[in-house]
Amino acid sequence: MQIDLSTKILNIRLSNPTILASGVMGVSGAACVYAAKKGAGAIVPKSLGPKEREGHANPVLVEFDKGFLNAVGLPNSGVDNSLGEIEFAMKNAGVPVFPSLFGGTKEEFGYVAERLSTLNPQMLEINLSCPNTASDFGEAFALNEKAAAEVIRIVKSKTKVPIIAKLAPNVPDIKKVARAVVEAGADAISAINTMPGMVINVDVARPVLHNRQGGVSGPALKPVAVNCVYEIHKAVKVPIIGIGGVTTGEDAVEFIMAGACAVEIGTGIYYRGIDVFRKVTAEMEEIMQRNGYSSIKEMVGAAHK
Amino acid sequence: MERPKIIRISGIKDEAEGIKTIFLRHSMVAKPGQFVMLWIPGIDEKPFAVSYSDQKKGEIGLTVAAVGPFSNRLSSMKEGDKVGIRGPYGRGYNLGKNSKQLVMAGGGYGSASLTMLAEEAVSKGCNVKFILGARSKARLVYADRIKKLLGSGNLIITTDDGSAGIKGFVTDALKNLFKAQKVDRVYACGPDRMLKAVSDICNENKIDCEVSIERYMKCGFGLCGHCCVDPIGIRACAEGPVISSAQAAKISELGSYHRVKSSRKEKL
Ligand SMILES: Cc1cc2nc3c(=O)[nH]c(=O)nc-3n(C[C@H](O)[C@H](O)[C@H](O)COP(=O)(O)OP(=O)(O)OC[C@H]3O[C@@H](n4cnc5c(N)ncnc54)[C@H](O)[C@@H]3O)c2cc1C
Ligand SMILES: Cc1cc2nc3c(=O)[nH]c(=O)nc-3n(C[C@H](O)[C@H](O)[C@H](O)COP(=O)(O)O)c2cc1C
Ligand code: FES
Repeated sequence: MQIDLSTKILNIRLSNPTILASGVMGVSGAACVYAAKKGAGAIVPKSLGPKEREGHANPVLVEFDKGFLNAVGLPNSGVDNSLGEIEFAMKNAGVPVFPSLFGGTKEEFGYVAERLSTLNPQMLEINLSCPNTASDFGEAFALNEKAAAEVIRIVKSKTKVPIIAKLAPNVPDIKKVARAVVEAGADAISAINTMPGMVINVDVARPVLHNRQGGVSGPALKPVAVNCVYEIHKAVKVPIIGIGGVTTGEDAVEFIMAGACAVEIGTGIYYRGIDVFRKVTAEMEEIMQRNGYSSIKEMVGAAHK
Repeated sequence: MERPKIIRISGIKDEAEGIKTIFLRHSMVAKPGQFVMLWIPGIDEKPFAVSYSDQKKGEIGLTVAAVGPFSNRLSSMKEGDKVGIRGPYGRGYNLGKNSKQLVMAGGGYGSASLTMLAEEAVSKGCNVKFILGARSKARLVYADRIKKLLGSGNLIITTDDGSAGIKGFVTDALKNLFKAQKVDRVYACGPDRMLKAVSDICNENKIDCEVSIERYMKCGFGLCGHCCVDPIGIRACAEGPVISSAQAAKISELGSYHRVKSSRKEKL
């Protein structure tokens, strides 16, 4: 049987449904291209903000038995210094690049979106949900559907580029947030960002991460994320990108059957290497073969029947 | 598990002006060229090459040059103080199968990992010449350790100010060696510009060469992407820190710029 592993988000074709997740690897244009050459179907670079930020001191990542915690603190050289990096990635990756952005205020989200749009990317991902900046920004925008919707509205007023709203899992009802951002104009949703967590070192009686708290990623996050995608698929009609703990083709197919049309992979790079994208895609093909699916589209939301 | 293990400092040795070795009881097996992440709880965590490894004693050493807030703090710690350590990380040096005539070119604390490599090479029957470069006599590290290992005839010292050995750079001594003897392989660790120069000279002379590169590191195990180099994107912590001079030739930022903590580029 001929199996087609390509997928579509809005009208954008991806040669395979694995996307590099924001904040993992994609710090520079060159790093994005490197991941693309290892098989990613699209790239989301590290989130960019309005001005330079150093992020937190080390340790910024710590492992536990089923995943990682990170509190990198959104280091970036500021959108104006970074346009060249994004341009390099767009020119050389050979796959679509969806720049990710954040702001401390809704106006800042608008500003960064406007600057990035000058490069004409195919989509922008709006990081409404990074838990690591709470100390300077207060509650993450994605935790409050009104705040999230307001950000989306402002971003939409500043750009013609389609936007993906990236949501957080730690809300009472993610369907409400999904509906609010779609009503405000989000063209797609990606879910999820990390969950708050902590690891304490008992020999020094203090949390390992310099920021103390961090975000849980990797396998521990997966069932939470699959459930979020399932819920969002019930609530809205826009394309969904599933994120959280994808390390195998089976993980990716779970997300797709829950309602996603593509997946992002971050922490999976640790477990499977930088060519995780190629491995996951090959494993998806095997699962599709075994179950008689010839395209990704046939599997999207299949678990809802 | 990628998390720091807490260990008490078991010894401290002065190596040179502003350079100390911190010893830790740790059964870690590190190849020459690999590095660890050293955590001072509540302060920060930074990469250091392993410079001593005594597996019988179960001890490793890290040689620290005091250059900024973290390394100064580390240098002022005492025996018995707790630090965290994780690793070893990265790709170390390779002793080629048919390489007998080796040259080590170390600048500053860069000779840390090369001295360990020289020890391994000697135990495998290789002939080693060691070019040890420093700003001045007071900043020379390991001269005695290397003399003991190789004999003083195989140690070539260069200082920028001529206060010890030859006045000049490691690269000058390397060029002279190429004229004087057969060289199968060169290994270099030190300041970025020196690595660029050594790598270029070896490429021109078609001599196998490995260099150990330093870039700002956060995770150390290939996930965060902070240490990726332009324009090929490889990770200094995972595909490096030791890379071939052929790879080095493809890294346009080597000897020219690096990224700081935010990821902004900064000229060297
Ligand atoms: C693979 C590797 C091996 C190293 N081995 C040694 C060693 O054996 N001995 C030794 O003294 N030093 C070593 N270093 C360098 C050491 O990590 C820095 O000197 C130290 O982090 C400086 O911190 P600071 O706060 O004292 O100085 P700062 O004033 O903060 O910085 C001084 C210099 O160190 C660099 N630096 C700072 N933080 C980091 C970081 N997280 N990762 C990489 N570079 C950084 C800065 O870019 C700057 O060039 C190594 C670095 C790497 C990448
Ligand atoms: C080290 C690290 C840095 C991250 N930085 C960002 C970021 O800058 N922007 C963002 O939207 N998400 C960021 N994330 C979250 C990931 O994009 C992703 O949502 C999360 O890690 C779950 O996916 P995973 O289990 O495949 O890693 C980061 C995750 C990690 C592990
Ligand atoms: S330091 Fe994180 S990838 Fe190299």
